[in-house]
Amino acid sequence: MNAETPAPLPPKVDLRAEFEESGVKAVLDELDAELVGLAPVKARIRETAALLLVERARKRFGLSTETPTLHMSFTGNPGTGKTTVALKMAGLLHRLGYVRKGHLVSVTRDDLVGQYIGHTAPKTKEVLKKAMGGVLFIDEAYYLYKPDNERDYGAEAIEILLQVMENNRDDLVVILAGYADRMENFFQSNPGFRSRIAHHIEFPDYSDEELGRIAEGMLAAQNYQLSPGARAAMAEYIAARRAQPHFANARSIRNALDRARLRAANRLFSADGAVTVEALSTIEEGDIRASRVFLGGLMHERKAAE
Amino acid sequence: MRITQGCFSFLPDLTDEQISAQVEYCLSKGWAIGIEYTDDPHPRNTYWEMWGNPMFDLKDAKGVMLELADCRKAHGDSYIRFNAFDSTRGFETVTMSFIVNRPKVEPRIRMVRQEVDGRSQRYSFETVR
Repeated sequence: MNAETPAPLPPKVDLRAEFEESGVKAVLDELDAELVGLAPVKARIRETAALLLVERARKRFGLSTETPTLHMSFTGNPGTGKTTVALKMAGLLHRLGYVRKGHLVSVTRDDLVGQYIGHTAPKTKEVLKKAMGGVLFIDEAYYLYKPDNERDYGAEAIEILLQVMENNRDDLVVILAGYADRMENFFQSNPGFRSRIAHHIEFPDYSDEELGRIAEGMLAAQNYQLSPGARAAMAEYIAARRAQPHFANARSIRNALDRARLRAANRLFSADGAVTVEALSTIEEGDIRASRVFLGGLMHERKAAE
Repeated sequence: MRITQGCFSFLPDLTDEQISAQVEYCLSKGWAIGIEYTDDPHPRNTYWEMWGNPMFDLKDAKGVMLELADCRKAHGDSYIRFNAFDSTRGFETVTMSFIVNRPKVEPRIRMVRQEVDGRSQRYSFETVR
């Protein structure tokens, strides 16, 4: 390189280096490490990251046409990690420079829809103002639209949302989340939403093996561990729990572990004498075996099955 | 007559970009922005009309700028100002205030003399359109 001439615009851009530098790699690695399973979701996020990186490189050469729409819908059963991924998404979009602040505002119908005439618009606008520069996450979005009540104020909130999603595409990203079948209904009756949302991401259910790993991860985060017997019991527990009603993937597992910790604490408390650190941080087989799931669920559910 | 109240009032009018940058600064300090408007810029007219509630918990200036756009639409020919409220305990007051919109023709402020108590003079000011 000649030092006297001013450096011309680099004719090439190293996407790999860009990827490492922008901190996107860190987020994606974190996503891989922290979230078990969810392969299609991760693939989709990777694609989105690639698109934004390429878009950024194009902009540098003056090739960019317009900012891509990034409004998304997350569909999946309860407890499949929709909120967790949304949080990660906000961080990712921030590092890619797509949103300015990268915070996540998580709302449900109650935060958007008012109680009486003229109450909805200010309420929705308030939330949108708070979400500017970040990501607005609307959980169980289908509750916004109630087809059986035509005087419901949800329609007003939807109208304002659509308007902002269109006009302020640079300022915020809207993520709608909910169960697959009901979201499908919601989109069917609100075609405006479907056309404004470019990315539909489906969250698959976890396999038994994945839930087992999730359980261990949750416990490790709280400085607990499973004894070998408890690990086997946990695997059986997951298989049994899945067959029972109101199964909510990772959330069911978290609740089960909370109850197991309760039993473990009770066991340690009723045993006499000093306890070791290891005993304090180990969940035994009995703590899990004591669950009602092994008896076939809650009392009234067992009766119904008989 | 150009009214000089609050920050930046001796400078040329701020552009939207500059206003937005000032709002970013306020938000970075954790201050809440309130929008107020009036048609009477008399220095003793301290309490202007509020345009909605002060905006707490905002992260980005865009939210404030959207409200400003709405306020301008409704009261384009009035004075509009931003008040930045610092809720830190011990302060709990407006810490920064600046005008973001002026009417096309600004009113003048005229001094009025009044004779009281024999030959004593009393001075006051009034806005004249």
